[in-house]
Amino acid sequence: MALRAALALARRSLRTTLRRPQFLAPLLIFPSLFLAINTGGLHRSTDLPGFPHVHGFLDFQLSAAMCQSLMLGGVGAGIATALEIEGGFFDRLVASPIPRVSIPLGRIMAGSVIAAVQVVYFLALGLIFGAHIAAGVPGVLLVLVIGIATGTGFAALGVMLALRARSASTVQGIFPLVFVVLFISSAFFPRKLLSHPADWVAAYNPLSYVADGIRDPIISSITASTVLEGLAAATGIAAAGIALSVVALRGRLREA
Amino acid sequence: MPAIEVQGLEREFKGGLRAVDGIDLEVAAGEVYGFLGPNGAGKTTTVRMLVTLLRPTGGRALVAGHDVATEPHLVRKRIGVALQEAALDMLMTGRELMELQATLHGIPPREVRDRAADLIGRVGLSRAAERRVGTYSGGMRRRLDLAMALIHAPEVLFLDEPTTGLDPTSRITLWEEVRRLRDEGTTVFLTTQYLEEADQLADRVGIISAGRIVAEGTPAALKAEVGRPHLDLTLSEDADLDRAREVLAGFGDHRPASEGCHFSIAVAGGATEIAPVVRALDEAGFMVASLELVQPTLDDVFVEKTGHHLEGADTAAPPAAPAQEAPVADEALA
Repeated sequence: MALRAALALARRSLRTTLRRPQFLAPLLIFPSLFLAINTGGLHRSTDLPGFPHVHGFLDFQLSAAMCQSLMLGGVGAGIATALEIEGGFFDRLVASPIPRVSIPLGRIMAGSVIAAVQVVYFLALGLIFGAHIAAGVPGVLLVLVIGIATGTGFAALGVMLALRARSASTVQGIFPLVFVVLFISSAFFPRKLLSHPADWVAAYNPLSYVADGIRDPIISSITASTVLEGLAAATGIAAAGIALSVVALRGRLREA
Repeated sequence: MPAIEVQGLEREFKGGLRAVDGIDLEVAAGEVYGFLGPNGAGKTTTVRMLVTLLRPTGGRALVAGHDVATEPHLVRKRIGVALQEAALDMLMTGRELMELQATLHGIPPREVRDRAADLIGRVGLSRAAERRVGTYSGGMRRRLDLAMALIHAPEVLFLDEPTTGLDPTSRITLWEEVRRLRDEGTTVFLTTQYLEEADQLADRVGIISAGRIVAEGTPAALKAEVGRPHLDLTLSEDADLDRAREVLAGFGDHRPASEGCHFSIAVAGGATEIAPVVRALDEAGFMVASLELVQPTLDDVFVEKTGHHLEGADTAAPPAAPAQEAPVADEALA
């Protein structure tokens, strides 16, 4: 019953997301613009000593665009959940005879599907504009797996925040944090070339490992350690996000 | 077994606000119970506890035989809920919402589509089923909300202020549906701040004020408790008022005319006493300018029990909500 309910709620979340273009568009448009600006303005960065060997700066930046998009997806999932709470639809779900855990799970599963779409979009965009996926089809699959796990995690964190804050404007307020977390990671620049203390912070930022894990199959043949670290970080974010959202749900229901 | 059994139910919020202060009530299976009270009296808090959305801080409540605090999952299976201000997803169509509700209530996948279509037809929304709910009028949303609450044929249906903000036509349409549900044997727990709604629909009424039930019974019994009907009559302006008082003294209690030639006489026999009063006045040579038999109202009951009028209540139709009413070709109830 929990799975059936969660699937039904995920289907509904996807439907309503598609019908709310003002929420969906920023997930793709903002990171695409960042990607275009960075690639156009900073492409000479590849000449820096110590910069990894890449086919082009676009190949390197694709990972950053995906991470940014996946994080914005999490904000979107949080805002959608908060709007449900504010509008009373959440109460309707709580009053239904379903395992209550399926309520956040439905939204999180929708986040996973949206994450897959985001990853595919940026890979396609990259290929159209001349990027190469060095590791081929297996590389694409790895990027997809890490991306979906990361998107799932951020969606779960967004849901957790919404359950705690209960207000869409509060969830929206974390939007700038997305950029802070991105800039203190190795998403936009190789960690080796970051100066202190940025390199130190990036080393402890799980997003660095996700970004590197997604980037590796794009810019080179698969490096097991980098990909595994990326996979572990993404899975960790997903596991922590889901656990925290379930705890937040329980807390909310307990307070009622 | 009663459909709803409540003993000493309490809800105290953080900060010490006691919204529900030890209420007892019992609703028989198949009964329409009207829970009447002004805004802030504790109606919605009570309903939210009975539908398991809010934890009681004291007392006990059984709904459909299950304890709301210890067996909430069993309660949820057997109740239908339409909360105040229909909480619908405006981006979904009526059909999609109905099918989602059916799925969440465990209706087998092969039956979901048919069941949803049946209920949508029952509330007269078949032609609007493929439209997004955001385009529905307030009345249509309320009917969809009601249909969603009925998707699993619940034993007990909770309707929290179902007609607040609706235009008179939509209100009457909803009333008809509630009567039909009663005829089918569904227990309905209905909160309202409208006296006429409680009077029209409820088999029994509980009046709540400041978190406590101050009166309970059938509307007729409650009204009988506070007094008999009375005749309000006005004589022609040149009437001899002392002589009129003498004539009217033979018809039970009469209060002195409060303003000129207006009289108010309590009449135990109700309408049957109109003719003798008019005949006596006519024989004494008085001209009756106007005459009205006034029945006690639930507001009189409320005044009697609490000392003030039912704030926000309205015996006439509640104001329509033009902003919510989209110009749609709505269908009549099937």
